[in-house]
Amino acid sequence: MSIDWTEYSTGNFYDELIADDHVPREPATRLVNYLGSMSTAEINKRKKMAESTIQEMGVSFTVYTEEGNIDRAWPFDIIPRTISATHWEKTAKGLKQRLKALNMFINDLYHDQNILNDGIIPADLVLKSKNFRPECVGVTPPHGVWANICGTDLVRDLDGQFYVLEDNLRVPSGVSYMLENREITKRVLPELFSEDSILPVNNYPAHLFDMLASLSPRDIPQPEIVVLTPGIFNSAYFEHAFLAQQIGAELVEGSDLIVEDDDCVYMKTISGLERVDVIYRRIDDEFLDPEVFREDSMLGVPGLMRAWKAGNVALANAPGAGVADDKVIYAYVPAIIRYYLNEEPLLPNVETFLCSDPEQRQYVLDNLDKLVVKPANESGGYGMLVGPHSTKKEQEQFAELITKSPRNYIGQPTLSLSTAPTLVGSTPEPRHLDLRPFILQGKKLYVTTGGLTRVAMKKGSLVVNSSQGGGSKDTWIVEEKD
Amino acid sequence: MLSKVAERMYWFSRYIERAENTARMVGVYDNLLFDLPRAINISWFNLVVINSSEDVFNARYTVQDEKNVVKLLLADSTNPNSMASSLQMARENVRTSRDVLPLPLWELINELCMYVAEHIRDGINRTNRHGFLDTVIKSCQQINGLLADNMSKDAAWQFIRLGRNLERADMASRILDAGITAQLSTTDIEQDIDPSQIIWGNVLRSCDGAMNFRRTMRVTVEATKVCDFLLHDKHFPRSISFCAEQIETAVSLLPACDIAELDKLKALLAQDNHELDESLSDYLNELQLSFANLHQEFGQCWFALE
Repeated sequence: MSIDWTEYSTGNFYDELIADDHVPREPATRLVNYLGSMSTAEINKRKKMAESTIQEMGVSFTVYTEEGNIDRAWPFDIIPRTISATHWEKTAKGLKQRLKALNMFINDLYHDQNILNDGIIPADLVLKSKNFRPECVGVTPPHGVWANICGTDLVRDLDGQFYVLEDNLRVPSGVSYMLENREITKRVLPELFSEDSILPVNNYPAHLFDMLASLSPRDIPQPEIVVLTPGIFNSAYFEHAFLAQQIGAELVEGSDLIVEDDDCVYMKTISGLERVDVIYRRIDDEFLDPEVFREDSMLGVPGLMRAWKAGNVALANAPGAGVADDKVIYAYVPAIIRYYLNEEPLLPNVETFLCSDPEQRQYVLDNLDKLVVKPANESGGYGMLVGPHSTKKEQEQFAELITKSPRNYIGQPTLSLSTAPTLVGSTPEPRHLDLRPFILQGKKLYVTTGGLTRVAMKKGSLVVNSSQGGGSKDTWIVEEKD
Repeated sequence: MLSKVAERMYWFSRYIERAENTARMVGVYDNLLFDLPRAINISWFNLVVINSSEDVFNARYTVQDEKNVVKLLLADSTNPNSMASSLQMARENVRTSRDVLPLPLWELINELCMYVAEHIRDGINRTNRHGFLDTVIKSCQQINGLLADNMSKDAAWQFIRLGRNLERADMASRILDAGITAQLSTTDIEQDIDPSQIIWGNVLRSCDGAMNFRRTMRVTVEATKVCDFLLHDKHFPRSISFCAEQIETAVSLLPACDIAELDKLKALLAQDNHELDESLSDYLNELQLSFANLHQEFGQCWFALE
């Protein structure tokens, strides 16, 4: 027995690997044929190999449950998702364009606010956002860049085109899993790496390091870079430790740092205090500095904002960058690109209805059974309504929520998210997925080769978040054969 | 280097050393108690005493038999000194310090913890105990080997050295103490089999030192010679003097700090006229207090920066 691809039904969706006529798409040809040549026993063996590799590598993430925190093994599907290198090149250009414009936008908001004065975006929408931080007004971070690390979620619709679903500009996570997925796949399907030209992903840590070093306030050969983690109980702790190790930075918690009277940040070492230049912080704005934000924060460092404003330490991402990943602002990103770059957006947005606008709100309320409704400020797939999969009662709850605080909600058409073959037992079945590339901006711009592919492991489900039962796949950017 | 990371290195190596020592001691007892004359007063419970775990034991068990002792020492998650707990704590310390340790270490410690979790029954039941303990000991040695070969000999390494050698010296002193207690309680018995040889052979094997003793000392295994060897030998890596020297070197390579206790320890180790009686027990007690003071001073010096 082996995989019979003619039995694989893509349904009414765009499948990443298999075209409608059961024929593999070009970049997936060798992969699909190879899998087809494997016996069921062989496939099961490779699956087992992946599982034990993940356990040995200790790739895990933490799930919060009522019974406490559980450290779970990373759910992984061994069939990679393929994208052609030419298609990816165009997408990468679009991603760079987007982040460049967003950073100009954020910098403008904390200085002259030209875009508001010119009436491109209603000032209220921005200034009343809880992610707009008045504490940051007037500050210019290195290179004028606020969001140094961005994770942008892309989805492919029926037409095979990538759409931007959201920009994560605060503390996006997942990049370590992108790197680990490749390590696992190299061990599980080594034969294919010699047949196909699959572009490498492992240069990310070097680019991350260069980007962070380019932010150092002191012009010294070896700036002190640290990764600031909330600690072992954070769901992304594995990633914090992994990245610190990969870039050779110290992994610190708030209690390891101190801001002295000279407004510089120091870390507590075995030889006393040592000055810190760049902090890749993986804790939210609100917890950064109890002197400025939440007083009860035990995770942050008192005085950190003082040091940052004085230009004595760089924070990546800069506080206040989150103002641009609000889902209401999202709707304006195409306008933002045109305004600052005088260019047409290379990557389209998903059509978005703002509940703050009375007309659009009415449309959302009238179509709750068809639309996806999301809160403007949450992440992790929490608190959203997927219309076609919702009950009448849920729809009524959301109608009430929207009417109460319209600014906090947006509506989007339910997309026909693309699928890719995912092993259920030893048979491939189509499962929905998305893609999160990571974009870096310091002195230069950089996009990962592909990104993290997340899969909704449940049949028909559109929720890909690992905190809610999503899994992942390796992502192959495949060069075309001449 | 971060104070917190330094502390984790120190504890990581203490826990690995503790796990290895525990596994070895259970193995040695396992081997020994099969063919021991009834009159010789060595029981499994000695292992609990050596580890100062009487309170933990009494809170959990009533019968002082093999099964309960082995359970407490190897598997019991409520015993913070059990082999399984030590390995878990070692893993936790690696997990939170992966940025300063060689990458494969994380895989090794993961594999070891997984192995122990899956095979812990083999440790408790007698049939496969030898193989189980052997695997654990080898894995600990593999970890130490990886660090020796692969790790930069920077500050992190010095803290690993401190932790390992302090734990090792402390364990050697406890094993010696147990030997003296056993010896003193068997002196009246006349047997064909010399209990002294069994006891002190056991002490040596518990420190993995039987071979080294024979080659270095070239005398019969007997109490004062074994004590002398484990206290003062200059070359055996598990003798207390050797450990003390390792600690001294590591301290000298770390950022300057006054570890006053080191001089006291050295003065203690310079005494070498031990009679096999209560005074030796007192002496070992003083050594253990000195180890505890060293531990305190390390903490104040490098870990407790406010």
